[in-house]
Amino acid sequence: MADDRTFGFRTRALHAGTPPDGETGARALPLHLSTAFVFDSTEHAAELFALRTYGNIYTRIGNPTVAAFEEKLASLEGGLGALATASGLSAQLITILSVAQSGDHIVASANLYGGTVTQFSVTLKRMGIETAFVAPGDLDAVRAALQDNTRALFVETIGNPNGAVADIAGLAEIAHAAGVPLVVDNTFATPYLCRPIEHGADVVVHSATKFIGGHGTVMGGAIVESGTFPWGAGRHLLLSTPSPGYHGLNFVETFGEYAFLQRARVEVLRDVGASISPMNAWLLVQGLETLAVRMPQHVANARAVAEFLHGRDEVAWVSYADLPDSPDRALAARYLPLGAGAVFTFGLRGGREAGRAFIEALELWSHLANVGDAKSLVIHPASTTHQQLTDEQLLAGGVSPEMVRLSVGLEDANDLIWDLERALAAASRATEVRA
Amino acid sequence: MILTTPAERRALLDRSRTVAMIGASPNRSRPSYFVFSYLRTKGKLDVTPINPTIAEIDGVRAYPSLDAYAAERGAPDIVDVFRKPQEAPQVTREAIAAGAKAIWFQYGVINDEAIRLADEAGLDVVVDRCIKVESARFDGGLALGGMNTGLLTAKRHAR
Repeated sequence: MADDRTFGFRTRALHAGTPPDGETGARALPLHLSTAFVFDSTEHAAELFALRTYGNIYTRIGNPTVAAFEEKLASLEGGLGALATASGLSAQLITILSVAQSGDHIVASANLYGGTVTQFSVTLKRMGIETAFVAPGDLDAVRAALQDNTRALFVETIGNPNGAVADIAGLAEIAHAAGVPLVVDNTFATPYLCRPIEHGADVVVHSATKFIGGHGTVMGGAIVESGTFPWGAGRHLLLSTPSPGYHGLNFVETFGEYAFLQRARVEVLRDVGASISPMNAWLLVQGLETLAVRMPQHVANARAVAEFLHGRDEVAWVSYADLPDSPDRALAARYLPLGAGAVFTFGLRGGREAGRAFIEALELWSHLANVGDAKSLVIHPASTTHQQLTDEQLLAGGVSPEMVRLSVGLEDANDLIWDLERALAAASRATEVRA
Repeated sequence: MILTTPAERRALLDRSRTVAMIGASPNRSRPSYFVFSYLRTKGKLDVTPINPTIAEIDGVRAYPSLDAYAAERGAPDIVDVFRKPQEAPQVTREAIAAGAKAIWFQYGVINDEAIRLADEAGLDVVVDRCIKVESARFDGGLALGGMNTGLLTAKRHAR
C-alpha cells in the first residue's frame, strides 16, 4: 500500500481482493476446492470457532477463493464487506433472516422479480415474517407501510421486469427516518451502472448469476453492506442482544460496524447452508474483472434495440428508462447515468398470440428464463417467470399479457435488430391470419 | 496526531510492540476478551491487561494501573481503551503520564476532550476503531472474512 490513493472502478475490478497468492506467487486467483482447512493447534481451532481470530474453517462458512470474490464485489459497490451465497434468492433470504424473525415485518417494492415476490409472500410468510408490497414510486405509501416491527425496506434498482427505476435516496431517507435499513437488489444495474450505497442504501444484494458472471455459466449471489447503518439503535435486537446461536455473543458490541456481515455469515449462512461453490466464486471473479468492459457494450446494444423497437408499428410500447418518453428518465439520469441497463420489456400489438409467434420466429435470441448472459435472451414473463402470480400480483408488478422481456447481449447490434425485424414480421402475420 | 487513514493505522501497528489494554476482561463473551485473545495468540504485539480486579488473563499477568505497568515495563507503545466514553479523559491523562506513544479508543469510545488531550500531548490517536480489526486488515485475516480491506497490490506477501 503505497498511500491512500482511491483507485478507479476498473483498477479495483482487477485488483481488489485478488493480490498475488502469498504462498505460491500465483498471479491469477487460486481455486481452493477444499471443503475444510487444518488448524495450527487446538488453541488456534478454539480461537477460530469462538470467532476471536480470522481464518479458514469450513467452506460452508467461508473459503479463500470465495473471500476474494466477496472482497472484490464489496470494493466495487463501495461497501464494508460482502457475503457470497449460492444464488440471488439465498442472498435475499440470508439478508432478511439476519435482521428479522417470526413476528417481524418487511416492506417491499411491488415491482420485484416474481421469484422474490413468492419468496417473501409465501416462504417468509410461513416463517412468520409478513411483507407489505408497495409501489416504490409512491414515497408516501412506502412511509405509511413502515411499522414498529418493520426490519427492512426492499427494492430493486431496476425493477424486474417492468424496468421502473427506484428513487434510492428518497427511499433511504424515509427508511432511515423510521430506523429501517434500505436493502437494494442491484442485479440489473451492477455496480458499474449504479452503486446504491453511494445514494444511501445500507445493504445491496445481487444475483451474481447475471451480469457479474456475465456468461450464463454459474449460479451465485452476494450481500454487500455499507457498514454505516446503526444496527445497535434498538430496532434490530437479533444483532444487538446476546445470541443463543453463538454462546451469548452480542454482535453489535463485539464486531461494531461488522455486526451485520458477521451475523449473516456465522449464524445465518452457517445454519441455512446456502453457500457458494469456490468454483463458482472463481468464475464470478473472472466475470467481475471484465464487468466495466462488458456493461458499456450491453448498454449500447440495449439502446440500439430499444430505439429500433420504439419506432415500429408492431410494437405498442417500449419500457426502457433511457428512452426520451420514459416516465423513469429523470430517475435513470440520476441513478443510472451510464445507461439504464440491458434488460427491458416491450409490448407487442396483438397481445399474447403475437408474443408467442414473435418468440418462436427468433433465430439468434435465446428463449429462456435468465438475464445478464453475454448472449441475447428473450422471455414472455406472463407465461413463464411470473406464471405463479395472481392476476392482481401480475398487474401490481407491472406485468401485462403482451409483455416481452429482452436481455440484450454482446452480439453485433445490427444482427440482433435483423432478427427482431424478422420476428416482428412473423408476429404481424400471425395476428393478420387470425384477424 | 489523529490517525484517520488506513496507511497511518498500519504504520502505527508496524512500529508498535507493546499494548496496554485498559478494561481487558477475562469474560469470554466480552469484546475486550476477543481483542485481547486475538492479539495474544497472533503474538506480533505484546499485550497486557490493565485491570485492578483481576490477576491475569490466559496466563498473562494483569497490572492494576497504567502507572504500575509503566513502573515495571516502561512506557507502552499503545494504550488500548475499552471504557465508557465519559471515562476516556481520565484514562488519557494516565496514558500521557505513563509516557504512552499512542492511544487507541475502541468502538464507541468517543470523547472529544480525551481526543484533544491526547493529540495536544503529542500522542498518536485512533478513534472508534478496533485494534483487532485493523490488525486483521493488514495481516490478511479481514480479507478471509470477505471484508473490503481497501488494499490493492500486485506485490506478493504485501499483506
